[in-house]
Amino acid sequence: MKFGIMVNEGPYTHQASDSAYFFTKAALDKGHEIFRVFFYHDGVQNGTDFTTPPQDDRNVVKRWSELAQEHDLDLVLCVAAAQRRGLVDEDEQKRHGKDGHNVAPGFRISGLGQLIEAGIQADRLVVFGD
Amino acid sequence: MLHIVNKSPFTTTSLESCLRVSKPGATILLIEDGVYGALDGSRVSDAVRAALADRTVCVLGVDAAARGVEGKVLDGIDVVDYDGFVDLVAANDGVQSWL
Repeated sequence: MKFGIMVNEGPYTHQASDSAYFFTKAALDKGHEIFRVFFYHDGVQNGTDFTTPPQDDRNVVKRWSELAQEHDLDLVLCVAAAQRRGLVDEDEQKRHGKDGHNVAPGFRISGLGQLIEAGIQADRLVVFGD
Repeated sequence: MLHIVNKSPFTTTSLESCLRVSKPGATILLIEDGVYGALDGSRVSDAVRAALADRTVCVLGVDAAARGVEGKVLDGIDVVDYDGFVDLVAANDGVQSWL
């Protein structure tokens, strides 16, 4: 079965990103397909490469990147939410004249259309947030 | 229909609303702070017990254990793991998260 995942909350805030990660992992382990993981609102903070959590704590951002690499996942950050919160890729850095870019490996910035498409293409859309 | 409740019934009315709106045959899954809704002997226990007559209520075991709720769960509530969570999503036509 094809699942779409939506994450509306940042890492280390409450539990939404952890729940979404463990659900995604369990679904993949059971042989399901993850059509896309869409990060919206504060959820875009899950895609910043500039985090350095303590070594004995889980690394939420890196965990998503590694899962994406392992399973060729499509991790999408909403562009409007990303711009508001300082999530910048190389294109956005050039376009807005920023000092750097911070979108973690495996993530990409795109629009809300990607969420709509996930809702249409996936058999189920599961929303995690606060 | 699968309803996912992730809020404690002692901080928001998500569970209350879900119990009021969900239809017979529906499944309600309690995750994160929502697991407090599975507690026996609380002020929402009677409403949850009543829902068990025509709906299935499940609780995510790891979240219940993390909050010390495991072992204090109402009779009739199923404890599931993430595999079970995935199965519930696959088995139900729609998924509603009560955020």
